[in-house]
Amino acid sequence: MKKFIAILIALMMGLHNSISFSADGSYHLDNAKINLDDEQSLQRGARNFINYCLNCHSANYMRYNRLADIGLSDDVIKENLLFTAEKTGELMDINMDSTEAKKWFGANPPNLTVTARSRGKDWIYSYLRTFYVDESRELGWNNLVYPNAAMPHVLWELQGVQNLEDSKLKLTKPGLLSAEEYDQFVLDTTNYMVFMSEPAKLVRHKIGYYVIGFLLILLILVINLKKEFWKDIK
Amino acid sequence: MQKNNGFMSWVDQRLPVSSFIKNHLTHYYAPKNFNFLYFFGALAIVLFVLQILTGIFLTMHYKPDALHAFASVEYIMRDVSFGWVIRYMHSTGASLFFVVIYMHMFRALIYGSYKQPRELLWIFGVLIFLLLMAEAFFGYLLPWGQMSYWGAQVIVNLFATVPFIGPDLAEWVRGDYLVSDATLNRFFAFHVIALPLALAGLIFLHLAALHSVGSNNPDGIEIKENKDKKTGIPLDGIPFHPYYTVKDLIGLTVFLIVFASIIFFMPEVGGYFLEHNNFVPADPLVTPAHIAPVWYFTPFYSILRAVPPILNSQFPGVAAMGAAVLILFLVPWLDKSNVKSIRYKGSLYKKWIIAFVISFLLLGYLGTVPSNVWGQMPNFIPLLGGLDWATFVARIFTVIYFAFFILMPWYSKKDKTKPVPKRVTYK
Amino acid sequence: MSKKDKGFDKDRRKFLLTATALTGGLGVAAAGIPFVSSMTPSEKAKAAGASVEVDTSKIKKGELITTEWRGQPVWVLNRTDEMIQSLPKLDKNLADPNLKVTSQQPKYCQNATRSIKSDMLVVVGICTHLGCSPSAKIEPKGDMGDDWSGGFFCPCHGSKFDLAGRVYKGSPAPTNLVVPPHKYLDENTILIGEDSKDEA
Repeated sequence: MKKFIAILIALMMGLHNSISFSADGSYHLDNAKINLDDEQSLQRGARNFINYCLNCHSANYMRYNRLADIGLSDDVIKENLLFTAEKTGELMDINMDSTEAKKWFGANPPNLTVTARSRGKDWIYSYLRTFYVDESRELGWNNLVYPNAAMPHVLWELQGVQNLEDSKLKLTKPGLLSAEEYDQFVLDTTNYMVFMSEPAKLVRHKIGYYVIGFLLILLILVINLKKEFWKDIK
Repeated sequence: MQKNNGFMSWVDQRLPVSSFIKNHLTHYYAPKNFNFLYFFGALAIVLFVLQILTGIFLTMHYKPDALHAFASVEYIMRDVSFGWVIRYMHSTGASLFFVVIYMHMFRALIYGSYKQPRELLWIFGVLIFLLLMAEAFFGYLLPWGQMSYWGAQVIVNLFATVPFIGPDLAEWVRGDYLVSDATLNRFFAFHVIALPLALAGLIFLHLAALHSVGSNNPDGIEIKENKDKKTGIPLDGIPFHPYYTVKDLIGLTVFLIVFASIIFFMPEVGGYFLEHNNFVPADPLVTPAHIAPVWYFTPFYSILRAVPPILNSQFPGVAAMGAAVLILFLVPWLDKSNVKSIRYKGSLYKKWIIAFVISFLLLGYLGTVPSNVWGQMPNFIPLLGGLDWATFVARIFTVIYFAFFILMPWYSKKDKTKPVPKRVTYK
Repeated sequence: MSKKDKGFDKDRRKFLLTATALTGGLGVAAAGIPFVSSMTPSEKAKAAGASVEVDTSKIKKGELITTEWRGQPVWVLNRTDEMIQSLPKLDKNLADPNLKVTSQQPKYCQNATRSIKSDMLVVVGICTHLGCSPSAKIEPKGDMGDDWSGGFFCPCHGSKFDLAGRVYKGSPAPTNLVVPPHKYLDENTILIGEDSKDEA
């Protein structure tokens, strides 16, 4: 019995590690060291996301007032973050017309609410840091993680301009942020997107410890109960 | 017990509650030598009830409409109070149901629980397994993610390979020229009403058959053949209640710990229980690079991929996949051994069952990855050059999978069995 | 079984049974929480049911506007002085002129005009009989007959209400129309759905 449980757990751990996101191309994704307990980072990320992403990308499974989970009050949201909606209970929608968007970019900018769950944190983190100038592309930008992405480098003013030289990225024109600051900026944004993809994650683990603690107590009881009754059986 | 119980006797005159409890719990005698493999039957029932319960609450918020399905699942995950717990219970429950059922079937296989007089019990069990696969398949379309969509597209297209009527059949199943809103609606109907109802009926029959022939045990000894002369109670039998109810509580609690660990700490199980691509809404215009079914279908999916097309028809692969499940019905008549349990079977059988388990697990793994994972065979190998290694391996293990069943009449007869004792071994 | 109690400790067995039953029961009850809780209004419903602001400066005297709160029509009527003066005269024809059924309005509207500011009536436009939405018949007389002094008429079963939402005698509706919780954010802005703590 115990052996079986051990095997089961080992098996699950194995499964857990065996599938990691593999990029379509050869780019090895950088590890995004996010921390969902870092409220400051999440709040900065929310600001970044709403200011830079939420113009073209919708996130309309997410309600603004859910930002309360990362410590942003209704009033703060109303004053600083509510651009596309009137009430904090509304969804993070955008005003851009989807048919127009298709004309501009050749594709509809995807809804980003759960992208962190489909692409993974490392993908987002790497993607936003590997744009480079490519004149052959219609919008002048290309990406290492997602080659021929339809999206232009929205954050170029912050990061600066990168060129691809001998398949390595080189910063040819500095941006408003230093390299470290930009990495932190993207990390915060990634952190927020992971939170947004599953807000329940913040409480899930906490509840989990209680539930499993309770079940362990129950396990002790039922093992003793069984032993007691099975004394009858010879 | 009977006296001074006015209410119970009033009920009993109208509905035999007390005698039911007596026949099926307190005076139902089960062999005393069950091991942990015997937990899985009870766990399957618990899971069935849990899936129904969580399913009911999910239906309160889910919208079976191609335009709203994906968003309604996210709505459950965010806007519905504790919706995420219920959804994760349901998605984890689906996968664990198969873990439990596979263990349950494995148990029956190695202890010969399908042999006379339990053939019908086994057949009901295989039917339940079949319906469960259908139930899981229909349910998997409902979140309307890319994997839901393309998984359904691929599986429904299997019907199109049936000679002559195929294309019409596939169209009839979908109710459209591609998987669409119409398909989603009918899959929803099957998933929430038709199949659960049929499953409940079959589970009842499975239990009825079990309680009429009695449980088998790890020794494969019929305990009813050794009864106490005075009482008529099997000497190796103990009342199901309280002994097995308290024992099953341990199994249940351990199971719940595993269940809760997954729900609260790793609900996606690394992309096996909830596939990453299923967090992208279904898009009929974009096919994902790698379409893999959920893990519990992958052994059979591997067999499908392993069989090469014959005369440009994929049908042989589909037929092989179907046969891989349907062949289970024949097991009671394929096994010619004179003993039930693996404990008294010879080394020949043991080698075959090990080969079978390995091929099942390996085929399962291969079904989750693209067929080019291990690269291609070099060109200098005659006939096979250029073939994917994984496909080659899958073919070998597909042959082993079927050989386990097809050769069973031969090796189970030839196998040197050990003498079976009169009484069960206990401690 | 009752007389063969020698092989085991009866008390221990009883204790373990009770402890397991209690703990298990507790667990089942706790597991019920998500299910019960999932049936309460979702965030979506709460967002739709959030308080609504109404700018009363745009409502002319004698005019009624309809707004939506929690999916129900809410009427805001800017009553003229004549309308307000006519209210007490109707008392004898009404079922509950003195607002004895206090659940129909918040405490701060427990007054002759059933309002915070005497001219501005805020009332849920749902008949207290079976939930139809009455029609506004603000003007006196007209198709309501010569005795009609303005109010609301429910076409479903003929319930009549006056300009303070009070129900007429003989109407099928048992109680006055409901005044929802509301407060003034400033001179002209009403927030429907929230009480002001100090006015309550």
